[in-house]
Amino acid sequence: MNIPRNELLAVGAGLAGAAVLAFLPLVTEGFWLSVSVNIMLYAAICTAWALFSGPTHLVSLASAAFFGVGTYSVAIFIDVLPFPALVLIAVAAGALLAILVGLATLRLSGVYFVIFTLGLAELMGQIVTWVQTNFGGTIGLYIFTDLTEAHLYWMLLALTVIVFMTGWLINRSRLGLALRIIGNDEAVARHVGVDTARARIILFAVSGAFIAVAGAIMAPRYSYITPDAAFNPMTSFLVVIMALLGGTRRLWGPLVGVVPFTLVMDFISGHFPNQTAVIVGIAFLAIVYVLPDGVTGQLESLFRRRRPTDQGLLATTVEEGR
Amino acid sequence: MLILLTGLLLGGTYTLIALGLTLQYGVARIMNLANGETLVAACFVTFWLYTGYGINPLLGLLVIGPGAFVINWLIYAWLMQPLVKRARNRGMLEVDSILATFGLLFLFQGLMLQAFGGSYFNYEFLARPFSIMGDSFGLNRVVACVAAAVIAAALYVFLYHTDRGTAVRAVAVDPRAARLVAIDVRRTAAFAFALGGAITACAGTLLSTFYTFNTSMGVLFTMKALIIVIMGGVGDIRGAVLAALVLGLTETLVASLLDPGLTLAANYALFILVLLFRPQGIFGKRPA
Repeated sequence: MNIPRNELLAVGAGLAGAAVLAFLPLVTEGFWLSVSVNIMLYAAICTAWALFSGPTHLVSLASAAFFGVGTYSVAIFIDVLPFPALVLIAVAAGALLAILVGLATLRLSGVYFVIFTLGLAELMGQIVTWVQTNFGGTIGLYIFTDLTEAHLYWMLLALTVIVFMTGWLINRSRLGLALRIIGNDEAVARHVGVDTARARIILFAVSGAFIAVAGAIMAPRYSYITPDAAFNPMTSFLVVIMALLGGTRRLWGPLVGVVPFTLVMDFISGHFPNQTAVIVGIAFLAIVYVLPDGVTGQLESLFRRRRPTDQGLLATTVEEGR
Repeated sequence: MLILLTGLLLGGTYTLIALGLTLQYGVARIMNLANGETLVAACFVTFWLYTGYGINPLLGLLVIGPGAFVINWLIYAWLMQPLVKRARNRGMLEVDSILATFGLLFLFQGLMLQAFGGSYFNYEFLARPFSIMGDSFGLNRVVACVAAAVIAAALYVFLYHTDRGTAVRAVAVDPRAARLVAIDVRRTAAFAFALGGAITACAGTLLSTFYTFNTSMGVLFTMKALIIVIMGGVGDIRGAVLAALVLGLTETLVASLLDPGLTLAANYALFILVLLFRPQGIFGKRPA
């Protein structure tokens, strides 16, 4: 495999950055560690979300459903299986849910997919509640583990690194090429023989499995799990906002949105809990009307305008296709 | 029989919600996910007019309908038209309008939450038994269903028997061709969006006479409306009416025979069936 030098450099820098971040729990604890866990959580989920929604331009609101599926994979089996096995169950459950949703919607036009995912978290919550009240006895489930915040942080960091590596490998693969063609023009993709539905479903399954793992890792933090908390629809919307604020043209784009927005939401929900919906609303409007390509996209086009490339138009189109 | 009629009465109101959405999406091409918030806002305004000033909800329709029309016209002119102008294709407009109306959804929901809080509201209006074929129903439900039928019928006459209505249908079929026969597409789209908002608001007013509502239930109704619109076929009025009745019936069946907590699951079950077997709608033609 012949890998361009700048990509190798980026991978090296990313790994070095992750290595530095791994020392964070050793120097801080309490409030800032728990904020860092939140940031790392959304970094993993938003990057995983953008793996699918970036190239396909399909706004997925299924994140909360995947997250909840992962959380419940841990909650149900925590007493009988070791934690690593539970993570594998979460992978399987997340991928399975994604494949089912994908088979129903991703073969049709995009709008059906968005609508279907809109109520998905609520639906999963309703089903879990119904099953538990009719067959399980109680609504909530307890989770007791020895895992501390630092452990959660390290696991989420590792997950984020794996998501990034996966994203990088997909971009270099035939699947990545197929997705870029679909994203640019679906009709063209079909004409050159790309199985558009299959490519989308595979990618959605990968993305969903990662988000489910994030849910599984976070499960020990709750200790008592209810359908309302695990399948909170707000998670899906926050993920969309953060990823789009950052921009999805680059693999690291969502990170740019995750860090500031997690801090803002943390502050708002701590001090003005009733204003959350208004802030989320304003954020969506800002994305559409002010930053349609996200912060990174905006900066990139600013940069490009100021310093025209030597290669001219061709270079820009190739760049945009990435 | 009881279940059948209850389901049909509920379906009457659903019809109206879905007709509002189908006008906005089918004609103006805006996927309005804040549609449910229009409905909830109308519930609250009706509640406020009735309990504060003693204004009969049916009279309230005369204020709320035109009010919603004006507000939705402004929303279209200020927020949606710029998106229509900058969109290079239908897919881009869809993504933009979905995200923009998410913004409106949360903004309205947040504002209503501050004004009314998160608790459930209801009021007593025509809460008398009314008997149909031996079973008794709330008179308010029957009145709401009849009023919904009247509004839907008026919409049908407008769309199929007036020039203006024909223009609206022409834009729904093909905006570019509509321009060739001297239809002001922009104005017609704005008009359809506003009319859709007004009809949804009327549905909210009627719903509030027999339904317990709160500030955060909008999304659930948006989901129902979307499922009905897809089931009936986008822009298809007969399809929407039939689909709404089917949805009302299915919901009532599941709620009374299985568990009231599974209504959303019932909605999704229908949705999946439609996606698998008739994604083009009940009366829709399969695209070539």
